[in-house]
Amino acid sequence: MADTVLTSGLARPQAMRLAAWRPRRQTMLAFSLLAPSLILLTLFTYWPVIQVAWQALHNQIRIGGPQTYVGLANFAALFADAAFRKALSNNLLYAFGTVIPSLVLALGFAMALARSSRVNALLRSLFFLPVLIPLVAAASIFLFIFLPNAGLLDYHLAKLAISGPNWLGDPDIALWSIMGLTIWKNAGYYMLFFLAGLQAVPADAYEAAILDGANPWQRLRYVTLPYLKPTIGFVLVIGLINVVTQVDHVFVLTKGGPSDSTNLLLFYVYQQAVESYDAGRAAAGTLVMLALLLAISASSLRTLERSFGEREP
Amino acid sequence: MIEASSGVANREISPKLGYAATLLLAALWMTPFLWMLVAAFNPHTYGGSGMASLVPSYVPTLNNFAEAWASADFPRYGLNTAIISFGILAGQIVMITLAGYAFARLEFPGRTLCFYLFLLQLMLAPVVLLVPNLATIAKLGLYDSLLGVMAPYFASAFGTFLMRQAFRAIPRELEDAALIDGASVCQRIGFIYLPLAKPSLIAFAIVSVTSHWNEFLWPLMVINSPDLRPLTLGLASFTRGAEGAQAWGVIAAGTLMVSAPLLIAFALFQRAFVNSFVSSGIK
Repeated sequence: MADTVLTSGLARPQAMRLAAWRPRRQTMLAFSLLAPSLILLTLFTYWPVIQVAWQALHNQIRIGGPQTYVGLANFAALFADAAFRKALSNNLLYAFGTVIPSLVLALGFAMALARSSRVNALLRSLFFLPVLIPLVAAASIFLFIFLPNAGLLDYHLAKLAISGPNWLGDPDIALWSIMGLTIWKNAGYYMLFFLAGLQAVPADAYEAAILDGANPWQRLRYVTLPYLKPTIGFVLVIGLINVVTQVDHVFVLTKGGPSDSTNLLLFYVYQQAVESYDAGRAAAGTLVMLALLLAISASSLRTLERSFGEREP
Repeated sequence: MIEASSGVANREISPKLGYAATLLLAALWMTPFLWMLVAAFNPHTYGGSGMASLVPSYVPTLNNFAEAWASADFPRYGLNTAIISFGILAGQIVMITLAGYAFARLEFPGRTLCFYLFLLQLMLAPVVLLVPNLATIAKLGLYDSLLGVMAPYFASAFGTFLMRQAFRAIPRELEDAALIDGASVCQRIGFIYLPLAKPSLIAFAIVSVTSHWNEFLWPLMVINSPDLRPLTLGLASFTRGAEGAQAWGVIAAGTLMVSAPLLIAFALFQRAFVNSFVSSGIK
């Protein structure tokens, strides 16, 4: 510590005074360095959470008008709203239906392409490209892919004498189509983490497993997967956070329709706030989302903490 | 091309069957890009079955680009996006450097609490809190301004943690030497820590610019004037217009123009891109 070095040569009382003074100065310095971040985090993260909790318990007739306390009425209205229940169940289905396939595909891509070669490097880049384009741009392309009859999918299916469905227009299919886009967009991103994670698996572990006569499946189950556990945990968390916070494609592709079959929580909140001007219900919906996000993160706090650095050196 | 990092010979990992499946999926993954390229240069702009072709036209045309260019103010959108992305980055670098130093090098009561408070922001992306944040932006008089799009992102928990890690890897003796020479905190951060943390800063810059370059929902809430639209908003409204006209070639051309900057940046700096995305997750 710098403090010990600097104070050790001083007379004792003076050193003690300095020793007491230094930590206080460090504290002041620390908080003045943290102040800009803390002020903005308060303004745009902590305070909004409190505000949302307040708004969820109140009703506002018009913007800027008086707020009246309504207790849990907003939540009651929220859960009574079929559109919200649909958005909630859609979001759960969407989470499981996109995160798990993306994760399995990403792991597969990473394992298949782990060996260094020119072709593999090219293929890795190919899988990564969708990550770099805006979600609305991806949606613009998929708008044509999903176009009924003349679109890329239906047109080519017709050549195989298959009459393709109306990918975005059929309420039973639309959410699955959107999930396809999400998997296409994210698998390459998660692949990077698995490629990095595979580097941490020692080569001897495989050699030992092969000497023991382990088949490829056993090598995956008993060597690769145990080493990748932290990576899998991390990918799960960011994947789940992504499915709650990204709805850009819904805007371009379906606007939540047909008949709310592709509505997701964040899009529902946006609709309530911007189209219905129902601040109370939007706030209640936001709180439900926050609860989900915090549950996801709390269950994986250990993983997050490890990823972003332990507290003590 | 994404290189595998050096180290383990991964011969034992790659299953042959999986490789065949991966090749097949690679073709599938490539198709949307292939269609975008073919359609953008396709003389059949409007509807029709020719539009679904994945075979490039014999006589490629730039008409679709010309039409897209004329029907939306892409240069203006691009400028707005650049101002937003790099403005956010500039603010973030100042803040994450200061906060990162405090977490890396200073002892103070409440450090653990502060760490968890920062961690909270990782989960509560500003876009989730769009309703109250929009109210705050309006109260600050920043509604319908580029600064209003940027403000919620200046403080970055992720960046702070990244800098804290980088700063902790720097030997304390370097700072002690500067301290004895009488360097102030700002001088120590500016002349010792920042230069040595450059790799982490570059990694952060790439991830930050990429994510804000591509952002849609928050700018959609804040921006009202067409002149202030970023590329993503411009593309969405452009696509809505062209979709009605079934001008798929024009949509493909517009999408290609909007996606091009980051794709070109990736082509030029692949290794840096990949490393930064990886280090954004796993340390």
